[in-house]
Amino acid sequence: MLAFLIRRILLLLPVLFLVSAISFTLFYLAPGDPAELLLTGPQGPPDPAAVQELRQKAGFDDPPQIQYIRWLNKAIRGDLGYSFITGDKVLDDVRDSFRSTLKLALASLVISFLISIPLGILSAVKRNSAIDNLAMTLSLLGVSVPNFWLAYLLIIFFAIQLDVLPVAGYGESGDLEHMVLPAVTLGLSAAAVTSRMMRSCMLEVLSQDYILAARAKGLPNWSVVLKHALPNALLPVITVMGLNFTYLLNGSAVVETVFAWPGIGNLMIHSIYDRDYPVIMGSLLFLATLFLILNLLIDVFYYYLNPRMRD
Amino acid sequence: MRTWIAFLIIAGLILAAIFAEQLSPNDPDTANLSQRLKAPCWDYPLGTDHLGRCILSRIIFGIRMSLFIGGSVVLFSAILGIILGSAAGYFGGILDEAIMRVVDAFLAFPSIFLALAAIGFLGSGMINLMLSLILVEWTGYARLVRSIILSLRGKEFLEAAASLGASDFYIMRRHILPIVLPQVLVMATLGIGYAILDSTSLSFLGLGIQPPTPEWGSMMNDARPFVRADPLMMIFPGIAITSSVLAFNLAGEWLREQVDPRSDAPQEI
Repeated sequence: MLAFLIRRILLLLPVLFLVSAISFTLFYLAPGDPAELLLTGPQGPPDPAAVQELRQKAGFDDPPQIQYIRWLNKAIRGDLGYSFITGDKVLDDVRDSFRSTLKLALASLVISFLISIPLGILSAVKRNSAIDNLAMTLSLLGVSVPNFWLAYLLIIFFAIQLDVLPVAGYGESGDLEHMVLPAVTLGLSAAAVTSRMMRSCMLEVLSQDYILAARAKGLPNWSVVLKHALPNALLPVITVMGLNFTYLLNGSAVVETVFAWPGIGNLMIHSIYDRDYPVIMGSLLFLATLFLILNLLIDVFYYYLNPRMRD
Repeated sequence: MRTWIAFLIIAGLILAAIFAEQLSPNDPDTANLSQRLKAPCWDYPLGTDHLGRCILSRIIFGIRMSLFIGGSVVLFSAILGIILGSAAGYFGGILDEAIMRVVDAFLAFPSIFLALAAIGFLGSGMINLMLSLILVEWTGYARLVRSIILSLRGKEFLEAAASLGASDFYIMRRHILPIVLPQVLVMATLGIGYAILDSTSLSFLGLGIQPPTPEWGSMMNDARPFVRADPLMMIFPGIAITSSVLAFNLAGEWLREQVDPRSDAPQEI
């Protein structure tokens, strides 16, 4: 176990390094002068002397590899710099907004499981029936719908026509009322993916011999499916939660903007509008690092659950 | 049946893109403020937008942009992925290790955030939009091609070719590429759908194709302030996106079944 863990962590290091290099390269390729951008305020273009001074002070004149090492050195210590716009610490902004995103993502995850697991089981058990066809068509439709459009359809119906839910916003602290529509939007998109996966995992388990044995014993169908097949079919579905989480995060970028939900997607998009480079770079690095760690945890979890990997 | 619908939609899209001038009832760019936010009628079958432009005509002209972006993103991603994936799989060793670590690094970013950051730094517009999507898409092809080649390692027909003195390039071109291409085609067909989805999302955020160019995502961005007054302006372009993406998804699934009849595998995202 320890050897496995150490090996995985060692493999992670070059990837983390490359992740930081990709983030920095994108920043470095950006046209325009960051010093000028930083000093440009509502009063118009800045004083060239001040720009020059800042370039010197902030080291924007140094060669890129020096700038990169300086930036990486700080980033490793958790110092992602300061926002060009608000002057806040980037890490604080990123962490706060990620907390809102996490709340939304967890709610969506619950919604997606509530829809997709029963639907996937039903489709697998009644394979090639009308229900199966309908469910799989719906799930295909679900992966084809742009989530910002789905968001607006829900807004048009529930917030405007029926007027039972708020159009957008976060409320006092992200209360349930404001969370329903964004969480349902993301949950439905994720359910489309998960229900297909649930169906195929269930089909695979149902074709195994021990299921035949259970049936031969004369167990009722519901018991075979729910007690014998489901636990095994759920295992891969749960271990792809990481994948699911990626899917939700990807969706959150646009959906948060539509619903003015103060999450990391919203933060990223607004910092792009404002050309707030440190925040863009900080969010990107934060998400990628988080992801690599999450994947590592999933691998470890899988290793723990699956004894066959331990040789 | 579903496959037929899919290919019908795709054929329809291609034809409509070619004959956009003939099919559109109005000019997509002509603004007419006296006709703004109109409901569907004879002159404007899907109504008009906030500047009085014909929504149907803009949707028809928007097909060109979506197909062009979807097609080119997939083409360039596939070429890049095939080159790097086959180099990694065929030569192995340190080259494989290096290429795959780069792939891992690209995959560590949630895809839309990487595309967003690329646009954030490079600026919006069509070329940067396509570049940012290629940055996200190529890894899938590289991994696919590499894994196919690894599964072919040590096969007799390759060893036979090598023992006859065939060069690496010849073996790749004549013996490996024909095995790789069908599966790449499956991924590419599904990929067009995803590229349309992502590019319209970015244009919807105002970070992709800029107005006044008729494009589905940016039409929906235009519709945001008017969603209360004229929800149809938001609804119609969304139908166009959904049906095209659905068509490419269905076509991709059908192709997958042709290439690998046993596959009932979960769909990769």
